[in-house]
Amino acid sequence: MTTLSSDIAEDEKTRTSVGDYLKHHIRDYGMLVALVVIMAFFQFQTDGVLLKPLNLTNLILQNSYIIIMALGMLLVIVCGHIDLSVGSVVAFIGALAAVMMVSYDLPVVVTVPVCLLAGALIGAAQGYWIAYWRIPSFVVTLAGMLVFRGLTLALLEGQSLGPFPKSFQAFSSGFIPDPFGLDFRLLSLLLGVAVGAGMLVFGLRARAKQAHFSHVEEPIGFFLAKNGIIAAAIIYITYLLATYNGLPNVLITLAVLIAGYSFFTTRSVPGRRIYAIGGNEKAAKLSGIKTERLTFLTFANMGMLAALAGLIFAARLNTATPKAGVAFELDVIAAVFIGGASMSGGVGKIMGAVIGAFIMGVMNNGMSIMGVGIDWQQVIKGLVLLAAVIFDVYNKSKGES
Amino acid sequence: MDSILEMRGITKTFPGVKALDNVSLKVARGEIHALVGENGAGKSTLMKVLSGVYPHGSYDGDILYDGEVQRFRGIADSEAAGIIIIHQELALVPLLSIAENLFLGNEVQRYGTIDWPATYARADDLLRKVGLKDPSSTLVTNIGVGKQQLVEIAKALSKRVKLLILDEPTASLQENDSEKLLDLLLEFKAQGITSILISHKLNEVSRVADSITVLRDGAAVSTLNCQTEIIDEARIIKDMVGRDMAHRYPGRTPDIGETLLEVSGWTAYHPQHPERKVVKGVDLTVRRGEVVGIAGLMGAGRTELAMSLFGRTYGQNISGDVKMNGRPVDVSSVGRVIAAGIAYVTEDRKALGLVLDEPVAKNITLSNLAGVSAHGVIDDNAERQVALEFRDRLNIRTPSVFQKVGNLSGGNQQKVVLSKWLFAGPQVLILDEPTRGIDVGAKFEIYTIINQLAAEGKGVVMISSEMPELLGMCDRIYVMNEGAFVGELPAAEASQEKIMSMIVRGNQGGHQA
Repeated sequence: MTTLSSDIAEDEKTRTSVGDYLKHHIRDYGMLVALVVIMAFFQFQTDGVLLKPLNLTNLILQNSYIIIMALGMLLVIVCGHIDLSVGSVVAFIGALAAVMMVSYDLPVVVTVPVCLLAGALIGAAQGYWIAYWRIPSFVVTLAGMLVFRGLTLALLEGQSLGPFPKSFQAFSSGFIPDPFGLDFRLLSLLLGVAVGAGMLVFGLRARAKQAHFSHVEEPIGFFLAKNGIIAAAIIYITYLLATYNGLPNVLITLAVLIAGYSFFTTRSVPGRRIYAIGGNEKAAKLSGIKTERLTFLTFANMGMLAALAGLIFAARLNTATPKAGVAFELDVIAAVFIGGASMSGGVGKIMGAVIGAFIMGVMNNGMSIMGVGIDWQQVIKGLVLLAAVIFDVYNKSKGES
Repeated sequence: MDSILEMRGITKTFPGVKALDNVSLKVARGEIHALVGENGAGKSTLMKVLSGVYPHGSYDGDILYDGEVQRFRGIADSEAAGIIIIHQELALVPLLSIAENLFLGNEVQRYGTIDWPATYARADDLLRKVGLKDPSSTLVTNIGVGKQQLVEIAKALSKRVKLLILDEPTASLQENDSEKLLDLLLEFKAQGITSILISHKLNEVSRVADSITVLRDGAAVSTLNCQTEIIDEARIIKDMVGRDMAHRYPGRTPDIGETLLEVSGWTAYHPQHPERKVVKGVDLTVRRGEVVGIAGLMGAGRTELAMSLFGRTYGQNISGDVKMNGRPVDVSSVGRVIAAGIAYVTEDRKALGLVLDEPVAKNITLSNLAGVSAHGVIDDNAERQVALEFRDRLNIRTPSVFQKVGNLSGGNQQKVVLSKWLFAGPQVLILDEPTRGIDVGAKFEIYTIINQLAAEGKGVVMISSEMPELLGMCDRIYVMNEGAFVGELPAAEASQEKIMSMIVRGNQGGHQA
């Protein structure tokens, strides 16, 4: 096999240049670049209001529930399905929490697990028909959207219900405590520095391990620049937040979930299998994958994340209203598609969905600060969604020709 | 003799393959002309050239029809000229009525709206001509395949057909439905309609055909006139298969051990039509180090047999026993059948074998992710190592194991599918058309891999429509027809003529002793 060993030698000789590498990975970084450009644009247009610590905190709080649901929706879409019911589930769980805590005075520690479980059951109930009966997810979750909106109205009797106990409100409006007792939230900054540094260290270690086995495709200069910029951005953002109230509790929840789901999608066996189902369900099935069960669990997971989003949203408004979460499903689905997921399944990344959600969030926030009317905001958001998907499809077709 | 159609020197090439090589075909006006040949001989391609599916300019040669050179740009052109082709897979919309199907794209209109009374009246009239008594308002889904075939023919009649082409019209029909259809062809002949009949069933061909053209490997081998001489089936078979071994097969000294896989009384029914038995009590054994072939024509039930065995991925009401190494094993789900040591390499690698958007490495590990993970976490480096190993072992030509599998050539894709199943560590591999659609060089490599597997003591079942391939590779060959094994031959005794005559005799309802 002399030809082969020379093939490998060939591989090792050709050092990929940064330009070539970027050209091949434009889909991976295009949206991140777009987010940075959009942020810079609004930072300039709003005379620096966008990145003011107060606004930055609000930006995170306002978008946390969309991002949380985008994590679950990414899995659903990668699996080749869609979930239209999440907005209604947000409202229903908010209502359920309000009834439990406000009307029946049940403690937070009971309410929260029950609500999350209820969400998982709702997702499972829908997933059952989709996975085992092969009813199209569009139809099942459209039904779910109506059912749970209706049940919300029934549960709340058409009224808003609140306020919630303080400890529950802290879910979304609280900040991590600071032991140093300074004006400046030092712990928050230190956490940011730790995360930034940790990312660099883990990245380098993974790279070294990879190099030990074979050729590393990503140029080292690119690797350092990319991780350096991301680490700097994280530290800078935590610094800004530290000058205000510090890191919001929600941000910690978000970070843990994002890390967890990134790991799940890229490294875990079930995660890999979900991509295979979306890519070619028949081939996955013939490879011994229990496609029905995984699809079912994907929906149960979506329901649980929608419930979590519902709790955070209710806690943030400090009231449960029948109109909560209206059209959230559209924002969530848009975020996932802006982030590069494919409608036909099998393609998409957690970080893509998160970036997609931030793009939508920053545009909402920035345009509101600029005083753009709700009418034009929708038009612009719609066009951005379309543009992002066109960009994706264009890149894909270019890659294939 | 006045000929309605003359195709002269038709050559059609696909990337890497010459599907038709200087084929000439002459069809006399008012006759029934049969076109026979093995799978892949070029019959369907020739008819696609004729009907404009491959437009003028995409092939070399001339089509003379009704005395004029034709330049069809698409099916619409050839249909306008009165050439109607009825494909093997019927092109009817199941949830529309017979009448709606008959006039689909050609609706009976009045002031721009559909004239329903006229539609039904004309439809009923057409149905009478083909001898179908069902009302034309019946949904197509509610009538059987035989009647659907008649609807297709009625549709052809509605387009004022002059030359009717039928591609394997009786392949999925019961005996008496086939008879009716052939009678109908003879009736059309009396009315002056010319037909081209593509068929594997030589008894039918000799019953109705006035002349027969035999295609082999993309070339017209002979045209036989049934009126001037008596043509027996042996003569046709000889022309169909009579080529020398064009491909070479790597040599192997068989080292056959004890029985590995033993299947008995395997029976499966059609997934949608529970009354149709698709696999009929098949007994199959595979020994260690043995390559066993399953020969048969398209639709013989070979893939159905393999898939019903492989975790019941085809059919319903499946029964029969499976033993591995003498012990009964559970094959009721794909997971269990893999655990029992059986792998199935599908004939349709793109639709059923690969996740085309994913890289080579991820495809290779898909059926055995446990092999590259610990506690449910995939070790990327282990996965890469596995992929690199298989790349070297099977000589998969790809710039990197992270290349999307969809970007590889057919032969290399097939090697990826093989790698996937080898990584699952099976004792028996069922290979369904392992060399379909790949070039000669890659075929040789696949054959070499198969020989290696046998040498390692694995059992290989090879399903193939290319008989020379089975003869060149297998130690023993089962002949399958209409869902049952109709014969079994040791390689030393097998020949293409013997296999073909077993199949043909099977078609006539006779079983070999």
